[in-house]
Amino acid sequence: MNPPNLLYAKTHEWTRVEESGGAKIATVGITAFAVEALTDLVFMELPKVGRQVKAGEAFGEIESVKAVSDLYAPVTGEVIEVNSGLPEKLETLNADPFGAGWVAKIRITDDSALSNLMNAAAYEKQCAEEAH
Amino acid sequence: MPYTFNTPDDERAMLSAIGVDSIDRLFDGIPRDMWLSRPLDLPPAMGELELTAHLSELAARNSPAGDKVCFLGGGSYDHFVPAAVDQLAGRGEFYTSYTPYQPEVSQGNLQAMFEYQTLIAQLTGMDVSNASLYDGGSAVVEAAMMAMSATGRRGKIVVLGSVHPEYREILDTYLLPLDAEVVTIDAPQGAADAAAVASAIDDRTACAIVQQPNFFGCYEAVDEIGRAAHAAGALFVVSVDPISLGLLRRPGDYGADIVVAEGQSLGTPLLYGGPYLGIMACREAFVRRMPGRIAGETVDRHGRRCWVLTLQTREQHIRREKATSNICTSQGLFALRAAIYLSLMGPQGLREVAELCLRKTRYAAERLANVDGLSLAFDRPTFKEFVVRAEGGNVESLLATAADDGFHAGVPLGRWYPQLKDCFLVAVTEKRTRDEIDHLATSLGSHSRTLATSHA
Amino acid sequence: MRNQQATQLLFELSKPGRRGAKLPASDVPARSLSDLLPAEHAAAFPPPLPELAEPDVVRHFTNLSTKNMSVDTHFYPLGSCTMKYNSKRNERIAALPGLANLHPYQSEDSLQGLLQLLYELQGMLCEISGLDAASLQPAAGAHGELTALMVAAAYFRDRAQQTGEPRRTKVLTPDSSHGTNPASAAVAGFEAVTVRSTPDGFVDLADLRAKLDRQTAVFMITNPNTLGLFDRQVREIAHLVHEQGGLLYLDGANMNAILGVARPGDFGADMMHFNPHKTFSGPHGGGGPGAGPITVRAMLEPYLPSPVVTKVGDRYRLAFDRPKSIGRVRSFFGNTGVLVRAYCYLRTHGPDGLRRVSEQAVLNANYLLAKVKDRLSVPHGDRCMHEFVASAAKIKAQRGISAMDIAKRLLDYGFHAPTVYFPLTVKEAMMIEPTETEGKETLDAFADALVRILDESPETLHDAPHTTPISRPDEVRAARTPVVRWSPSA
Repeated sequence: MNPPNLLYAKTHEWTRVEESGGAKIATVGITAFAVEALTDLVFMELPKVGRQVKAGEAFGEIESVKAVSDLYAPVTGEVIEVNSGLPEKLETLNADPFGAGWVAKIRITDDSALSNLMNAAAYEKQCAEEAH
Repeated sequence: MPYTFNTPDDERAMLSAIGVDSIDRLFDGIPRDMWLSRPLDLPPAMGELELTAHLSELAARNSPAGDKVCFLGGGSYDHFVPAAVDQLAGRGEFYTSYTPYQPEVSQGNLQAMFEYQTLIAQLTGMDVSNASLYDGGSAVVEAAMMAMSATGRRGKIVVLGSVHPEYREILDTYLLPLDAEVVTIDAPQGAADAAAVASAIDDRTACAIVQQPNFFGCYEAVDEIGRAAHAAGALFVVSVDPISLGLLRRPGDYGADIVVAEGQSLGTPLLYGGPYLGIMACREAFVRRMPGRIAGETVDRHGRRCWVLTLQTREQHIRREKATSNICTSQGLFALRAAIYLSLMGPQGLREVAELCLRKTRYAAERLANVDGLSLAFDRPTFKEFVVRAEGGNVESLLATAADDGFHAGVPLGRWYPQLKDCFLVAVTEKRTRDEIDHLATSLGSHSRTLATSHA
Repeated sequence: MRNQQATQLLFELSKPGRRGAKLPASDVPARSLSDLLPAEHAAAFPPPLPELAEPDVVRHFTNLSTKNMSVDTHFYPLGSCTMKYNSKRNERIAALPGLANLHPYQSEDSLQGLLQLLYELQGMLCEISGLDAASLQPAAGAHGELTALMVAAAYFRDRAQQTGEPRRTKVLTPDSSHGTNPASAAVAGFEAVTVRSTPDGFVDLADLRAKLDRQTAVFMITNPNTLGLFDRQVREIAHLVHEQGGLLYLDGANMNAILGVARPGDFGADMMHFNPHKTFSGPHGGGGPGAGPITVRAMLEPYLPSPVVTKVGDRYRLAFDRPKSIGRVRSFFGNTGVLVRAYCYLRTHGPDGLRRVSEQAVLNANYLLAKVKDRLSVPHGDRCMHEFVASAAKIKAQRGISAMDIAKRLLDYGFHAPTVYFPLTVKEAMMIEPTETEGKETLDAFADALVRILDESPETLHDAPHTTPISRPDEVRAARTPVVRWSPSA
């Protein structure tokens, strides 16, 4: 189930936007649908803290045995924190993709890209189509 | 048609099962106007007997090492190959298999790859090795590109002029379209000045590339150069002669990040330059950036230890344009030969080979230095090769006359080093005898006098 | 018949003090090592290699070899790899001292026989491809692709200087191409752009038109393509590419289908590579060596790597003085040993024999296709060239049997598996290439096995193979915690 309070990218990243000290902070992760599609995960590369990313830019990678997928930044801003324990415990992505499996936090510098993201219902429709 | 099976009856039955009346119809997918309307203009077919005779005749018009005493080196050496290497590597189950895509029926190759990787790691003092690249030259360029990707510095590499000139030519070929700068530090006295190398390495430099022993057989100041590279945040890439590691310090022990080598010395004949074996080993931190295939250990469903191709997501068949390299085939057969060679030699055997090369090389250098008209170009200790200067300068004629006396006496250096156009490179492996060296000295002596006189 | 020793690693068999080789004593005057070797470069100990006797080594590797499938022992229909029979005569010839013991820096005078062979091979490859000039230097197919793209880049740099046209930055590849195509484009400094295929497996001309422009240097096509189909649009494709001033590259991986039937140069290609280890039967050696000679149109000849073999009067020479050449892509001459075998292969077959190779390869593939198509769907039609791609997608949906399951079960029946999960454009793909060096009986037996497997229980297949030296390995574990070398503590 895709939590209704999140925003979703076509490339299967989820985003939760929160206000903090006057800034908009986006917490970003990978959806359960994508984690399942990738099957047995073996490796991931996180973005570096401090990196400036543009919405739609590849900023990390996740690998299974025979496939590799880029992670795309859903928003524009600066990476301020990453879930540094995640590459060592990839099973967290399977167990709790929308919680403990978060990937990175981005301080949004330009929120125009947010309007390109989908709500849970639209994303579910996309997944249903891709599954066919 | 020596290698096909279908009889005319088979063909008829097969065509009928397909539902066509002739083989030509099977090519209907190709528009008729694209068909070649004549037979290929190629020489007619030959049976095994004529083919063998024809190739034997072509072979007889070459002078292989063995017919002439071989003192040629420069990255390809006439080392001894134990019979077991040929016998084992020639087994059809190794020889006619392919990349181990199906690990359940490829454990022989996979385990041999894993053993090869371990042997190379032990030999070089590095953490990990891949399962081989094309040759020593393209291994250097792969190392440079790996360093560019690992450091994020894509604009510049520093290479010593004493690295094999053909390896440097390959670097130029590959890096030119990428707009990367190749800075070459000359080695006018047989080895580079470490301070000059250090001052060329800056915070844009992806790596410094050194060959040890270098193309002239001399030693480079690897400790200083390695420190300078690391101080600037660059990687330290070392190209080695694997035989030398029977005696010399291992690159892993003096800080190399990536080690590459031409592996021909480890059990592969001369083969006019190929196929050979590109060796590459590196520190653990870079394993996911390493090009080429890698075998890894795991267990099967019954918990039995076994081996598979691993870390495949680096490779082109998955990552396509984002792969670490475009390399697809390996040199599995030559990695196998190297593994067999190193297992037969062991630490003591490899040390003895290296020691024989060293001793005979020094003896040959001193013998040739005492020949009238010849001198050593560099006043430095060397390992398996050394550079001889011919007064009067007519290197080609001198080598040609030595060839008439039965010697492949040396490699002229003028093609790559204009300032060494009166010089040639002499290599002495464990196969050369004192007699052969003495006779070479006599031959070169008589001709160098004649040539010097004719020039006077 | 169990053999414990074969499963142990060399390092576990090692015993201190054991020797497998004894070198002769030095025959030059004795000197202390410290006189000869500067102390700062000397190792304190030799490298920690295993210590084994020759019989240990022989038994070890002989037993390891028995754990492989190979062309000499099994039918090996690995699509796209052309696993044909490797003739023994070529091996004996290539091992002749006059061919095997030649040093790359010998004088040309001492190499006239070999240079003649290589010169003639250059000519034969030009004739087979319908192109004008050859380079034998590339070490493998992917290396040939890269070399040709560098040749193209140099050609366009030159033209840009003459005409002032902007730099060409893009290389187009179809989505069904080998992964090496876009990877080679990237290594050569180009942007790799993917062109879609149509549902029936050919280049989507509309998409190609949309992506072709004056920045396009090269379109790389595999024809016959990776589905085993000949793309009839190839002349039109060549026309479109040429219209934009670009070059058409042919990935020669599938040449086994068209030898003597059609020539890439005649249907519009400007350059191509051969895979002599596939098409001309070089042994694959557990993953290599290969070779990747390329042929090109005359206007590209000046840019080929140096040296090339030329003939001056009745002497064969290596030409180095070629100012426009891209330089070197490999040390020494190239993979000569593979090229010698290719030469032997071409001389063995001659023009008629070579055409017959393709005819029989295509006959075998179509026969196998006809035998299996009623049970296993072949999405791209009833006819193929030298190989075809079946799909297990339907069976997977119906019975949960995947292409991997079928591949693994085939091993139990004594057949090497086809290439699976390639090309990426076909779901549950199984790419089957029988080659011409198999007879009807083998193809019948393989088809029967395939059909029988499809009737087996899904459980039997999920657990397959059952009879091989190991069962399915845990690839996730291997990739998650890579152990890529033995170490004493492990």
